[in-house]
Amino acid sequence: MLYREAGDFKTSYASDSQTFPIRFDRWRYWAVVAVAFGVIPFVIDDYWANAVAVPFLIYAIAAIGLNILTGYCGQVSLGTGGFMAVGAYACYKLMTAFPEVSVLIHVLLAGGVTALVGVLFGLPSLRIKGFYLAVATLAAQFFLVWLFNKVPWFYNYSASGQITVPERTILGVAVTGANTPAWAKYLFCLVLLFVLAWVARNLTRGSVGRKWMAIRDMDIAAEIIGVNPLTTKLSAFAVSSFYIGIAGALFFAVYLGAVEVGEAFGIQKSFVVLFMIIIGGLGSIFGSFAGAAFLVLLPVLLKNVLVGQLGWATDLAAHVELMIVGGLIVAFLIYEPHGIAQLWKLAKEKLRLWPFPH
Amino acid sequence: MRKTLTALALVMAGAVPALADIVVPNLSYRTGPFAANGIPYADGFADYFTLLNERDGGIGGEKIQVPECETAYNTEKGVECYEATKGTGAVVYNPLSTGITYQLIPKVTADGITLYTPGYGRTSSANGKVFANVFNYPANYWDGASIIIKNMLEQEGDSLEGKKIALIYHNSAYGKEPIATLQALAAKHSFELVEIPVDSPGQEQKSQWLQIRRDKPDYVIMYGWGVMNAVAIQEAVAIQYPMDHFYGIWWSGSENDVVPAGDAANGYKMISFHGTGADYPVYTDLKKYVYDAGKAAGDGSNPGNVLYSRGMYAAMVISEAIRKSQEIAGHAAVTPAEVRDGFEALDLTEARLAELGLPGFAQPIKATCDDHGGPGTAMIFQWDAATKKWNAVSDWLGADTEVIDPLVAADSAAFAAENAITERCN
Repeated sequence: MLYREAGDFKTSYASDSQTFPIRFDRWRYWAVVAVAFGVIPFVIDDYWANAVAVPFLIYAIAAIGLNILTGYCGQVSLGTGGFMAVGAYACYKLMTAFPEVSVLIHVLLAGGVTALVGVLFGLPSLRIKGFYLAVATLAAQFFLVWLFNKVPWFYNYSASGQITVPERTILGVAVTGANTPAWAKYLFCLVLLFVLAWVARNLTRGSVGRKWMAIRDMDIAAEIIGVNPLTTKLSAFAVSSFYIGIAGALFFAVYLGAVEVGEAFGIQKSFVVLFMIIIGGLGSIFGSFAGAAFLVLLPVLLKNVLVGQLGWATDLAAHVELMIVGGLIVAFLIYEPHGIAQLWKLAKEKLRLWPFPH
Repeated sequence: MRKTLTALALVMAGAVPALADIVVPNLSYRTGPFAANGIPYADGFADYFTLLNERDGGIGGEKIQVPECETAYNTEKGVECYEATKGTGAVVYNPLSTGITYQLIPKVTADGITLYTPGYGRTSSANGKVFANVFNYPANYWDGASIIIKNMLEQEGDSLEGKKIALIYHNSAYGKEPIATLQALAAKHSFELVEIPVDSPGQEQKSQWLQIRRDKPDYVIMYGWGVMNAVAIQEAVAIQYPMDHFYGIWWSGSENDVVPAGDAANGYKMISFHGTGADYPVYTDLKKYVYDAGKAAGDGSNPGNVLYSRGMYAAMVISEAIRKSQEIAGHAAVTPAEVRDGFEALDLTEARLAELGLPGFAQPIKATCDDHGGPGTAMIFQWDAATKKWNAVSDWLGADTEVIDPLVAADSAAFAAENAITERCN
């Protein structure tokens, strides 16, 4: 019913291998893009931007980044929080050192700095695998947080060790600082997410992504058929860290405005992003979005239902919220280990056959 | 995802509280590693406003709404809470977290709402010339550090020369605040300062206390919060550090922090900018209108303890500022901007404190356009483990303004330069 595929023929290789080969999917994709760019910026208010939309967009970027490394290339990383911190502090240092340069360039450069740091910490991945690599990246997490706490140069010698974002504008509209309108925050993050997700999707469909997946599926076999593990693993670390660095820069500059490294980029941040891609679906761009939505929106939704609608005490609601989110994570892992992306895929298969399943 | 968003939109539409009266959100934390300290504070804050509503029908005839929002001391949740309550006409915020305060300073300034951070937050916001919307009277972190040093000077016969003083601090914006002041004081009084950070939340401090045991500092100052306090005091007991040489800032001196260490915590010292205990006349009214009426916040076990008193202190100052703003504006339904003016014109006298049922509870405050920092005085209290009471062991002590004023001026000037703020009040 939903999927009418009659007459949807492919007459060229290009049209057959496009991202959304089914016409209905394509339309839905354009509809989502149109709403995201054409409708939401006009109706969004401060609450929706700061509590829901902006964190969702930023976590989606981080989740795509980690998904490239863990989901596509098979290298488990627990250093996401540390790499986000690199992005945030690089962005801060650049913004305060070169105030006349556009903040967009600073955010991209922050991603570049993080990519370099990511490659550095990715080097051990050539020797160690699996859980051992997870522990090595965990070391990166603790080292980076310690570094940004310890060396005052990173926070410009401020009394409290906090970094606070200065106001910066793009085309005369503030995008960082307290005077930023809600729509500007939202659009700035959305544009970056749109471009980054588009690039990620196409990278993973091309030869680069195929190499990553070959390494993930069986590194020895991949090496034998001519995939260079050095460049492949390091390119995955670089691209992944670039995304995570941009997410960290946005997290600091656009979303929170002031951060301290231990609180904002601690180990729990690494776990949250890892949960996102596990729940959303490893090795899936859509899964990164779904996982970010699940872990950002669900707590806010539960809080508003339990406290706002049912009038529960805030502490009781907070405890119950943790239990519900935790329970759902476990239930997901039991009933659909491949995540929301797999659920979505199954639903789509069923809808294509509906109402005449065989 | 669209379905989720639609559902969320429907829920949100119904979740906005009815616009009424004056809204003072209570950004509290009753969960997480800081809950033990967040709960009594939130209870004291809520109970005082309940008392005003029940006994006097609010302030100037306007009821006060105190919607509670759980932050778990987490900055992301703090932002969510701020945005969720801002639209309901909130006039003043008191987030009880230095991290959240740093985030809210630019936001409240842009939104024209007041941020009241008694004894915490950004110390240099005492300079009203730069921080128009932020108030941190009666005392701040730097005052606290200076008062502790002053008490040590008194004990040591006015000289700390050659002494070694350790600062054990929560490795966050809060814990780092006093370092610059203590360094300046170390230079002035020529003592040696040892800085010992403890990473949040601070459940594991073996190595830090091993260092203290090895270095044998003459005094230890603690800037801790939450679970870190109780652990530190127990570790100090374990290495048999003399308790009367161990000082806590006001956030490191509540019953919850010392009771777990038992009798061995006897003699531990803390400073506070208000009194403690349930002996003030206001508790008669609280009992009659709030506790006995079944309207107490939380489980009702906290009245009279240090952090409950501090929550009540914050609520009392906020209510007096609202009263002042009603007086200035000439009407009861005050706007956030008018409340800000009320904070700036606040004149809390000893006579007024006695009228409120809190005689001698705190020091008088007279705010001005450039002074948002108050008198900067505090008392030293010492823990008596046998009677489980804090006893005042000093009179009100003032901070060393000669050291602190230039630091405040320098830090606020840096903030003004970063954010292109022109000084007011000239």
